[in-house]
Amino acid sequence: MSTIDRTPAHATNGNGKPYKVIGTRPIRHDGVDKVTGRAKYGADIHLSGLIYGVVLRSPHAHAKIRSIDVSQALALPGVRAVVTHKDLREPGDRIVELGEGAVNLRHLSNNILAADKVLYKGHAVAAVAADSVHIAEQAAGLIKVDYETLPAVIDVEAAMKPSAPLLHADLFTDELGQKAKAPSNVAKHFRFEKGDIAKGFAQAKVVIEREFRTATVHQGYIEPHNATAMWNADGYITVWTSTQGSFTVRQQVAELVNAPISHVKVIPMEIGGGFGGKIRVYLEPVAAILSKRTGKPVKVLMSRADVFEGTGPTPASYIRVKLGVGSDGKITAAETYMAYEAGAYPGSPIGAGAMCIFACYDIPNGRIDGYDVVVNKPQTSAYRAPGATNAAFALETVVDEACEQLKIDPLEFRLKNGVKEGSRRVDGPVFPRIGMMETVEAVKKSEHWNTPLTGKHRGRGVASGFWFNCGLKSSASATVNPDGTVALVEGSTDIGGSRTGIAMQLAETLGIAATDVVPTVGDTDSVGYTDVTGGSRVTFATGYAAYEAARDIQRQMVERAARIWEVDAAKVSYENGGVTGPDGKRFSFKELAEQINKTGEPIVGRGTVDPEGCGGAFATHVVDVEVDPETGKVDIIRYTAAQDVGTAIHPSYVEGQIQGGTVQGIGWGLNEEYFYDAAGTMRNSTFLDYRIPTCYDLPMIDTLVVEVPNPGHPYGVRGVGEVPIVPPPAALANAIYRAVGVRMKQLPMSPPNVLKEILRKGASK
Amino acid sequence: MAKRRVVTTTINGRQTEFLCEPRQTLLEVLRDTLDLTGAKEGCANGNCGACTVLMNGRPVDSCLVLGVETEGAVLETIEGVAPVDGLDPIQQAFLENAALQCGICTPGFIMSCKSLLAENSDPTENDIRFYLAGNLCRCTGYDKIVRAVLDAAKKRNAEPAPA
Amino acid sequence: MPRVFIPPLLRDTTGGVEEIEVDGATVRQIIAALETRYPGIRDRLCAGDQLRPGLAVAVNGSVSTLGLLQKVASGAEVHFLPAIGGG
Repeated sequence: MSTIDRTPAHATNGNGKPYKVIGTRPIRHDGVDKVTGRAKYGADIHLSGLIYGVVLRSPHAHAKIRSIDVSQALALPGVRAVVTHKDLREPGDRIVELGEGAVNLRHLSNNILAADKVLYKGHAVAAVAADSVHIAEQAAGLIKVDYETLPAVIDVEAAMKPSAPLLHADLFTDELGQKAKAPSNVAKHFRFEKGDIAKGFAQAKVVIEREFRTATVHQGYIEPHNATAMWNADGYITVWTSTQGSFTVRQQVAELVNAPISHVKVIPMEIGGGFGGKIRVYLEPVAAILSKRTGKPVKVLMSRADVFEGTGPTPASYIRVKLGVGSDGKITAAETYMAYEAGAYPGSPIGAGAMCIFACYDIPNGRIDGYDVVVNKPQTSAYRAPGATNAAFALETVVDEACEQLKIDPLEFRLKNGVKEGSRRVDGPVFPRIGMMETVEAVKKSEHWNTPLTGKHRGRGVASGFWFNCGLKSSASATVNPDGTVALVEGSTDIGGSRTGIAMQLAETLGIAATDVVPTVGDTDSVGYTDVTGGSRVTFATGYAAYEAARDIQRQMVERAARIWEVDAAKVSYENGGVTGPDGKRFSFKELAEQINKTGEPIVGRGTVDPEGCGGAFATHVVDVEVDPETGKVDIIRYTAAQDVGTAIHPSYVEGQIQGGTVQGIGWGLNEEYFYDAAGTMRNSTFLDYRIPTCYDLPMIDTLVVEVPNPGHPYGVRGVGEVPIVPPPAALANAIYRAVGVRMKQLPMSPPNVLKEILRKGASK
Repeated sequence: MAKRRVVTTTINGRQTEFLCEPRQTLLEVLRDTLDLTGAKEGCANGNCGACTVLMNGRPVDSCLVLGVETEGAVLETIEGVAPVDGLDPIQQAFLENAALQCGICTPGFIMSCKSLLAENSDPTENDIRFYLAGNLCRCTGYDKIVRAVLDAAKKRNAEPAPA
Repeated sequence: MPRVFIPPLLRDTTGGVEEIEVDGATVRQIIAALETRYPGIRDRLCAGDQLRPGLAVAVNGSVSTLGLLQKVASGAEVHFLPAIGGG
């Protein structure tokens, strides 16, 4: 069941009239291909002369590479080439901007093919190209790598101890430009402060301090990573891959194989899920250099085990939170110490986590300390609101405890402390127009909240969450066809139906039907530069580019009508899906389109944007659970997710993002974890043992779509993709507490962990 | 490398012959030999269901079936689901209910749904969830997939049974 | 004049000052003004002719992709924050 709750500032297209296309639910343009199996994903590509690559990965969590002997592998019939890091360009110690923020080139290069050290079990060491994948696998087994194993550290707290084995001899803790004296595993420490926490805690009636630990978790996309590359004799390289950022792949491949950007063309295939994990580059440079060595197109695929052990994870973390609340129920102070695992190389999302942890609440006095810590695990990459879910699990559990001690209803607490426009965050900036309160109100008046929960071992939990979203750069171009339809080319790889959401914004602006727009995702040679599909930005930013392209078409249509009517263009205006001129002259869009090729140059609209004002997104979730006190198993009875979406362009896909993000949060909360043995080997790198939620584990996920239009977008759009993953673990923890009286301080809240707490408590309600 | 065998089978209603090594899975044969790339590899060890096809009327993970085992079998893949002129009601229901986002799991889901509705023409939500538990999806949270199957069943039952 | 918020870890270079109004129409000019008042602060904020990698500047709450080129209106708030990526 889903409702759309249009707040009083109901979004209109600026002239007071409700939208015609926005808010409707057209069938997605790429739908038929996807339900008939014709859609081509990265692994589906077939090229003449195609050969196959396989990557050899380290069996050790931490070891020096003394030597690599590939002679036996090369001797195997059908093997064409073997490459190692020597075949990549010598990266040097440069920091480069390659489409996903600043990247240390040496770290990027070493993570693709290890240089002198392997830093995690599964770290890529070499790659083989052969006539079949079976031969390549066999050959990989014949590569002799001489390792000198080193002690490994796979836990953030252990890694921070001075006695811990060092992953990088040249890593000195950075504090805003100040380097520590001695090397350590702590790459970065930063701090935010607001007001005076000592004074704040002194004023508090209730002060609660708790410690939380969350496990390493993977994005879990069903499609493994893939890359196919063809390095032509003239030095031009074509890459076919499933990626969230074709331009990021182009920049990073060019840099790593030392080719000019113009020589690298990336063709984004359909992508089978990413959630942030397919922004980083893993196989593309490997496929490229294998193709260079063999003169043939090379396809490299990852197995599911490679995906778990060699890509993705979002950091395990240790978070300590201290919260002070006055007798009036107002927060007086909040303090937190947060340490996130970065994996093998620095760069965990600790910054985002630290800026999100207190973001839902107006906190007068606060301090946040954040630490980015390397450990012998795969390098972390983004996972849907990276860093925010860990933080919300900690903070929202402590908030729930405070509400209980002060006997305040959790929703009232949020209405009393929640942020509004003008609230200042602990990390400094002031909030623009946001919808935190509206999401709390939506839950408060929801049928779920007002239906009492009865039955033994049952509990209801609430949690809120925030994510920044982002704007970044997008490009789109749109050609008007003679029959009044429009061919739109835009640069955002489409994971969740964004082609349609973008086409709808172009259609709304031109006053034509969504089905009159044919959207295409361009490759890096056929559309302007576009940043990654991530950060909940595509409908916001690429939709904005499509809006600008439509405005550009409007201007050209006005000029063309003026030329046909032989009147001054100033007397012609674009409105209601057509152009009107003096003395009642009128062309519909279709009527004018038919005349374009007979009356001058073609009409092509162009839109490029780098918009500010993406406007953050808030969510408040409520969940009912039943916990089996004998086994610790948590069953979800009912789940409702309220979220401020600004303006729902295509409501079905907005609901889909909320439902999908929520279920990933549920998996994160209840059963997903990287299970390591003492040697630093992941023991559950299959979908059987790394258990993501199945259809049978869940009820329907009800959504309350709240529309608080974002002033930073022509149609009030806010990003919706990431914030739904933030509240679930905390909401589940709070529900579990009310069901069986145990406060979970560890993720996942899997049956053994919950049962341990129940038994330790020695009583079950 | 073992000698390749000739295998004769029926795929989507047409007799098909192919060469494959004994170690090659049906999934590999479908995708790399027969260019039927609708079945997807998500895990290659029978856990995700993205490679589901129907074999003798039963849904199977084609990554767990050897190519040589399909000698004389009757196979149905996603490419054979739609009639010549349009879509199967299940495919239409998936689109109308936005029951897919990235779509990598969709072919597998549609094959399982086809088999479910053949066995149980009026399944409850719980029947559907139990039957589809072998098909993993990471994008949708399953809500709209279950609604699509309920929708498809309703539409099928509303139509007069084909003569 | 724009209002600059000094990150806690930089308050050692500003003798504990947490907020300060400085003259400048772009982030570059503002940092130059900070440098004249608090020598050494520029090297903490910048690496060469750019903001330090992993650092971003927010003007009136919205994070800028322009770094030192970002215009700053009079009375606007300027914050230096960790650069974040989306998922």
